[in-house]
Amino acid sequence: MPNDVLTFKRGGVHPEDRKYLSSKKAIEILPTPKEVIVSLSQHLGAPAKALKAKGDKVVKGEKIGTASSFISAEVHSPVNGTIKAIKKVTLANSVSCDAYVIEVDQEAPEVDFVKTEWKNKTKEELLATIKDLGVVGMGGATFPAHVKFSIPKGKEAEYLVINGVECEPYLTSDHRTMLERAEGVVEGIMIIARVIGAKKIIVGIEVNKMDAIKHLREVIEASGYQIQVQPLKMKYPQGDEKQLLSATIKKEIPSGKLPLDIGAVVSNVGTCFAVYEACAKNKPLFERIVSVTGECIKEPKNVLAPIGTKIGELIDFCGGFTEEPDKIVSGGPMMGFSFYDLETPIQKGTSGVISIKIENIAPQTACISCGKCVQACPIGLMPTMLYRNINVGAYDMALNKYSLMDCKECGSCAFVCPAHIPLVHTFKFGKKMARRKK
Amino acid sequence: MRVVSSSPHFHSKNKTSSIMWNVSIALAPASIWGIYVFGLRALLVLVVSIAASCLTEYLLGLIDGKNGLIKSTLSDGSAFLTGLLVGMNMSPLVPLLVAIIASAFAIGIVKWIFGGLGQNWMNPALGGRVFVFFSFTSLMSNYAVPRTLSVVDAVGSATPLGFVKTSIAGGALNLSPTDLMNQAGYPVTHFAQNIASSTGISPYAIDAFFGNIGGCIGEVSAFFLLIGGIYLCAKKIISWHTPLSYIGFFAVLTWLFSGYRSGLGFASGEVLTQIFSGGLFLGAIFMATDMVSSPITKKGQIIFGLGCGFFTFLIRYFGALPEAVSLSIILMNMVVPTIDRYIIPKKFGTVKKVREAK
Ligand code: SF4
Ligand code: SF4
Repeated sequence: MPNDVLTFKRGGVHPEDRKYLSSKKAIEILPTPKEVIVSLSQHLGAPAKALKAKGDKVVKGEKIGTASSFISAEVHSPVNGTIKAIKKVTLANSVSCDAYVIEVDQEAPEVDFVKTEWKNKTKEELLATIKDLGVVGMGGATFPAHVKFSIPKGKEAEYLVINGVECEPYLTSDHRTMLERAEGVVEGIMIIARVIGAKKIIVGIEVNKMDAIKHLREVIEASGYQIQVQPLKMKYPQGDEKQLLSATIKKEIPSGKLPLDIGAVVSNVGTCFAVYEACAKNKPLFERIVSVTGECIKEPKNVLAPIGTKIGELIDFCGGFTEEPDKIVSGGPMMGFSFYDLETPIQKGTSGVISIKIENIAPQTACISCGKCVQACPIGLMPTMLYRNINVGAYDMALNKYSLMDCKECGSCAFVCPAHIPLVHTFKFGKKMARRKK
Repeated sequence: MRVVSSSPHFHSKNKTSSIMWNVSIALAPASIWGIYVFGLRALLVLVVSIAASCLTEYLLGLIDGKNGLIKSTLSDGSAFLTGLLVGMNMSPLVPLLVAIIASAFAIGIVKWIFGGLGQNWMNPALGGRVFVFFSFTSLMSNYAVPRTLSVVDAVGSATPLGFVKTSIAGGALNLSPTDLMNQAGYPVTHFAQNIASSTGISPYAIDAFFGNIGGCIGEVSAFFLLIGGIYLCAKKIISWHTPLSYIGFFAVLTWLFSGYRSGLGFASGEVLTQIFSGGLFLGAIFMATDMVSSPITKKGQIIFGLGCGFFTFLIRYFGALPEAVSLSIILMNMVVPTIDRYIIPKKFGTVKKVREAK
């Protein structure tokens, strides 16, 4: 029943959502910065191949990087301007890669993107457009969208499940997208549904966004499309594909498999909007909505900014800091990356930048076997056992008996651990060591 | 200073010390009752046990500190809790030196030697109690009469369990425990008699439930222990799995089989007096749920509880030793690593194994 409030069964935690800081703030457009830094690694997979050189002029929406392998994506210039340099930069997630430094030409004329009727395009044409205009998953994973939407022979995508969960605390960019750009989102959903041939479409939204649920339902009704909006109980990490599918279609993805293996494709609402802009407006993905929020930001906002905007500029746009934050995080507080340098640019996957104080500090103690981590793990792992085995170097045990590789680093275990053990940190390290050993 | 560290950047309010202090808080009603019925001497025993336990922890911390390990673990509250539990497990009449030895043994031998907090396979407080029990058996089984039982003769100073066991061993057959106690004129409060006459429940069970019996300081009032247990469940510090499976299984076995020893046959056992006395509630709610020395998973905890129930039953009715509760929990503590090794939660997305053709 669409009005039952559902959730996933196993594990999960309830962090305070802190969304009130920015959830009522309408999207504001950032004035074009003087300089942007556009990395060639905007997506999961191989970095794009550079198409331009130092000194070249570029216009907004022009392709400047092209997919270098099967899992890779196109990159477009978010501004009019000149390429000042190509240099190595370190992204928020500590990955270092090549990036264009583009000096913006404020005088250049605005570029218009021509509207087209997507309904006249075939499946193949739509998929080609999605690829050509550089659409990737906007929820944070940045998996190239055209790869995800290419259904291999012999598989069938019965369900299209749209992710409007936004379960990470603080973030509100998807929420605002659903409120302010619902028409585009709905069109985007229908485009994806056509591309993958889905029979049933469900949008999952947590009940802390009742206004979005209501608004989306109204827009859907007016459009006459067959889309079900499914309210979900608040629980982290419901925005993960596995938990979202378990909540909405009641099926579990087996270990190491993809949603497609249970007949589903999952797409974030931001991605739907990007697909719509690409297929109906010919507009490449070169800007996104970023929630700039956290207790240390003077005026938390949802900002529409060009990809490559330096995070420092976003923070200035929001009035700067009220006090020096302990941590600046790209993404949400549960899975995002903390970083230091305010010159770090935003990426296609940067859903938020949060500046926070560290709360609930307590000394780390030994594991007291309380089992809270085991109950919290949405994958049904035993974090404490993983920790103990990795700690003594028993990577094989962690890998084979306790399924280390199934851990998706969601942070639920570390969030609840009363001993304040850096569990996720240990698991990341353990995975690295286990891979090295192989 | 901006910190760069691994996710998550958000943490719940949980911390080890608040768990430990909350367990101590949950023990407060039962300890206060103990002090009320046994007098200030009981308070002294509690204070001395706690002090000895904290001091031992502090001194051993100095050694650890020298070796570059974490110095002060006092603030995590676990030493205080262990001391409190040791004290609650003492008779109010016990010589203070015995309480000190029990505390020092609990912290020094059971906990520290095995590597400190989180590494001990046995509940430290239980270890301390059992150690001094078998070292100073007669001092330890010298129980005081609670002030609520206004009798002076010696009958009341034996615990109901001890009394019934001795009587049956002495050849008193074909009588239920309640009848036995009636015959001997075992003391009971007016309060219990009133309730008993209107409900038909054995007055001894009622006295045992509210704590009008002889015994250790902290174990006499099942009622106040239960309140503490409910508090801990509400705070999600313990769950019902261990205590319920423990007490429940023990009750079933008692009802079915305990009648045999007094020749009354199948399904004739008296359950209530049995579960409210002998430290069963203290053990099931506070000792068997000790996180460090009990299984991690809920399923494991149920197995653990059932095992404790079974051994408590065996030892209490057929064993030659007292201390049924302590010994069964320790016995099951030993099995915990094995339980944890085999009881692993089902992984997300596991489908029934289909044998793949090679
Ligand atoms: S981080 Fe890994 S082990 Fe911890 S709860 Fe998430 S999936 Fe489970
Ligand atoms: S939550 Fe922390 S203390 Fe509790 S069992 Fe897991 S790792 Fe150990």
